[in-house]
Amino acid sequence: MTTIPGSAAQRREIGHAPFDVWRIREDFPILKQKVHGKPLVYLDNAATTQKPQVVIDTLVRYYETINANVHRGIHALSEQATQEYEGARETVRRFLNAADAREIIFVRGTTEAINLVAQSYGRTFLTAGDEIVISAMEHHSNIVPWQMLCEQIGARLRVIPFDHRGELSLEEYEKLLTERTKFVSVVHVSNALGTINPVRQIVDLAHRRGIPVLVDGAQAVSHMAVDVQELGCDFYAFSSHKLCGPTGVGVLYGKAELLTRMPPYQGGGDMISVVTFEKTHYNTLPYKFEAGTPHIAGVIGLGAAITYVQSIGLDRIAAYERDLLAYATAALDAIPGLQIIGTARDKAAVLSFVLDCAHPHDIGTILDREGVAIRAGHHCAMPVMQRFGVPATARASFAFYNTPEEVDVLVRAIYKAIEVFA
Amino acid sequence: MSDLRDLYQEVILDHNRRPRNFRKVEGANRTAEGHNPLCGDQLTLYLRVEGEVIRDIGFHGSGCAISKASASLMTDSVKGKTIAEAEALFEKVHAMLTTEHKAQADLDGLGKLAVLSGVWEFPARVKCASLAWHTLHAALQGAEQPVSTE
Repeated sequence: MTTIPGSAAQRREIGHAPFDVWRIREDFPILKQKVHGKPLVYLDNAATTQKPQVVIDTLVRYYETINANVHRGIHALSEQATQEYEGARETVRRFLNAADAREIIFVRGTTEAINLVAQSYGRTFLTAGDEIVISAMEHHSNIVPWQMLCEQIGARLRVIPFDHRGELSLEEYEKLLTERTKFVSVVHVSNALGTINPVRQIVDLAHRRGIPVLVDGAQAVSHMAVDVQELGCDFYAFSSHKLCGPTGVGVLYGKAELLTRMPPYQGGGDMISVVTFEKTHYNTLPYKFEAGTPHIAGVIGLGAAITYVQSIGLDRIAAYERDLLAYATAALDAIPGLQIIGTARDKAAVLSFVLDCAHPHDIGTILDREGVAIRAGHHCAMPVMQRFGVPATARASFAFYNTPEEVDVLVRAIYKAIEVFA
Repeated sequence: MSDLRDLYQEVILDHNRRPRNFRKVEGANRTAEGHNPLCGDQLTLYLRVEGEVIRDIGFHGSGCAISKASASLMTDSVKGKTIAEAEALFEKVHAMLTTEHKAQADLDGLGKLAVLSGVWEFPARVKCASLAWHTLHAALQGAEQPVSTE
């Protein structure tokens, strides 16, 4: 017989918080599903979040009543599609508090946003011998594009280390900033560890030396309010699908003065103003960076997702998830033989862990049979795994629709894994 | 619905806890590396092949219970076999892991390896169970590149 850690008082506190999670769960049709005959407990939100009905309805409504190409038709549908597509841009601008909607570029996802900056900015303004600073807790998508750039132009990658908790060393970071440093690209919230990095300070330190900074916000935007002007960053990237929106869409925010000086990333339709075989004139911002027909339905769906998340309120989401994380951390900490990987003082609701008796992949399979969806593996952050000396971790990552009761199911399922392997 | 015990049978748990031939082979003349990048499983196989016969075999590495037990069982079952016999066994195991076996006859000739027959119902785990076998195949073929299941 196993006991569930975590005091009743803690649970009451979450239950009594002014946040009706059970009503919110009603918005997500998928959460009613059963998996292997058990109610789904979806704790893989760092991989992708579930979609509320309003986003699903928006996609259906778009295809049923609006579908047309944008920025080119003179007919009613095209005008409506354009209006909604550009309306979503304005929604994103407000969401990030960008100064100008021209600073919002729609891309396929965070990965494409970073590749765009690495190639367009990097190949134009960086040269052999220059250095790019990233952190040791980057997702592969904020490592590989810079490595590719380094190979192309002969630049060098420098890496900010982190400590046993998973907190970046700002001291080491400062030492890495030299006259050779020409770009800094760091993750806002670590997908593998949950660490919330002090982005404002990171940006300030770089800006004192005139170095531009990109922030990978893929894991941040669904957990906290983000204000790019307050952060001061030059670029900010995030994906729609981690924010309750459709897959295949993401956003690159960039300061207009930088985007204006950057060449297009891809060539094609929509990104031009005049094309002749002698010379092509590029379109203005943001269209210069949106070659080809975009994911119109996805962009409009992202707009609906942002409106939905804002209707709950990101500050309330952050507070609720903080309580949920505290509850889950205490519950998992009490399991014998379990070690939490990533214990930063400022953390988003991500719990990476290992068991001394079972490999993460086996934990994942056993949890799945209990209806609990987690991720097992290196989380596209192999250097993070190497730093902690583990091949992989199991990761439970929470969203605002998760409940303390689901944490209890997770804990019971982990005990089941221990039972199999002990 | 398949039961967890179909996957984690006692024999598998035992081979996970106490893997057989978990050692480097003295005088090995064939080695191969296997990786399962998605879950981080890593495996090095050492073989001493004399003529056509696998005289000794051992492995090192880290991985989940399925991959470790599969490697342990594999080394046990191919030791003393000829290369052709081992390759034939590779084919049979591969079929067992990837297709439904309706009759006991499908598992004939597999001996202890039949404990892995539950894996096919867990598609995400097939590559865990097959890693050791793909690595063996590479070692016998004399492949230079590490094997990846992706």
